[in-house]
Amino acid sequence: MIDLIINIILLAFLAITAVAIIRSTNLFASIMLFGIFSLLSATLFVVMDALDVAFTEAAVGAGISTILMLTTLVLTKNHNEKRSHAHRPWLSLAVVIITGMVLVYGTLDIPGFGDPAAPANMHVAQYYINNALPETGVPNIVTAVLASYRGFDTLGEVAVIFTAGVAVLLLLGGKPSIPNSNSNPGINKKREEDET
Amino acid sequence: MDFFISHYNYWIVIFLMMVGLYTVINRGNLIKKIIGLNIFQVSVFFLYISMGAVKDGAAPIITEGVKLYSNPLPHVLILTAIVVGVATTALGLALVVRIKESYGTIEEDEIHEMDHSL
Amino acid sequence: MKRNPILRIVAKFLIPLIILFALYVQFHGDFGPGGGFQAGVIFSAALILYALVFGLDAAEKIIPPHILRLLASAGVVLYASVGVIPLFLGANYLDYSVLGSTQIKGQHLGILLVELGVGMTVTAVMLIIFFAFAGRGRP
Repeated sequence: MIDLIINIILLAFLAITAVAIIRSTNLFASIMLFGIFSLLSATLFVVMDALDVAFTEAAVGAGISTILMLTTLVLTKNHNEKRSHAHRPWLSLAVVIITGMVLVYGTLDIPGFGDPAAPANMHVAQYYINNALPETGVPNIVTAVLASYRGFDTLGEVAVIFTAGVAVLLLLGGKPSIPNSNSNPGINKKREEDET
Repeated sequence: MDFFISHYNYWIVIFLMMVGLYTVINRGNLIKKIIGLNIFQVSVFFLYISMGAVKDGAAPIITEGVKLYSNPLPHVLILTAIVVGVATTALGLALVVRIKESYGTIEEDEIHEMDHSL
Repeated sequence: MKRNPILRIVAKFLIPLIILFALYVQFHGDFGPGGGFQAGVIFSAALILYALVFGLDAAEKIIPPHILRLLASAGVVLYASVGVIPLFLGANYLDYSVLGSTQIKGQHLGILLVELGVGMTVTAVMLIIFFAFAGRGRP
């Protein structure tokens, strides 16, 4: 019971933080609030018994992604968001509300939160819980599934991470090019061609 | 009331998802858009973990004397998704930095103006 | 940051503990919560903290960028090659059961090596990304 109450309160906090993030026009404040958002979600993952996920979210969301966003903020030197009038809030609000209502209609058929007889908990999950220890000798089922049963999937994920690292290196690894100067004629030439 | 409590998680998930979607559609600032995408992403994580949670279940680490465990499969999927997510966020932020270097701005409408598109 | 003694001393005190914790998470991931992904991220967080407090140049002296690139690719290669070995022993790709004398020993060895590969790649890629961003702001 106490789990459920903590769950409800933390989810409400999460929703409030999300609204605060999009209402703030100061990007620094938004990024720090996003760090709080990640920390709250890590806490919630603990409440929902997903310890490994909570671990990762606390280190990644509250640590590394906040730092990367702050570094980007330093590099772009743009601390305040400019609210333009080109975007009509009513149109996007309407799109979002209609999509949300359709999704809420979809949830009416989902089995309730924490239902042990839900279809998601019946099939392959039971096999993992019953056989992970005798077959792999690893008490942490998440590790057993991650590295052994779904090893090929994880190999793909590692390859994706590696590719993202290579791509960031390609984009930011070289010397910065300064636009509108003669130090890098290639870009300026392309600009002129685009304008003509 | 029981129905409300048992579906509360999913409704908050949808709310967060829509907040993220609204940010991506409506805000012109590219960093803000990436924050919106991240909120959307976290909401999907909650959808998966909520589905895998079992009432009175223990964390999926085999311990003597425990019969009921949470579903470990969503944990595995989301664990890798979080790390892949930060790698792709970094890629997006790298693109933002390059856009700033070439255009001098990260506001969407100013970029459109410079390109004479839209 | 050069003139901030509290930050420097606290960081010096914390960084070894964070690295120790990362190693614990890496190698104890079979029994408690943890594994390569978490350990890699925690390990890189320790080095990012070092770079934030003591400067990027000092951090690049500890782990030069070319070693990071090597480490990132070595992790993926380690993972993939652990998968190839069972093929020569007559089992399927990534089937670790044949690596040891018994199925459980083989699985243990396989999972340990694979998690090590994951940890190496994740640490290296996170640091590559951070150094790329931070190096861009260098005058």
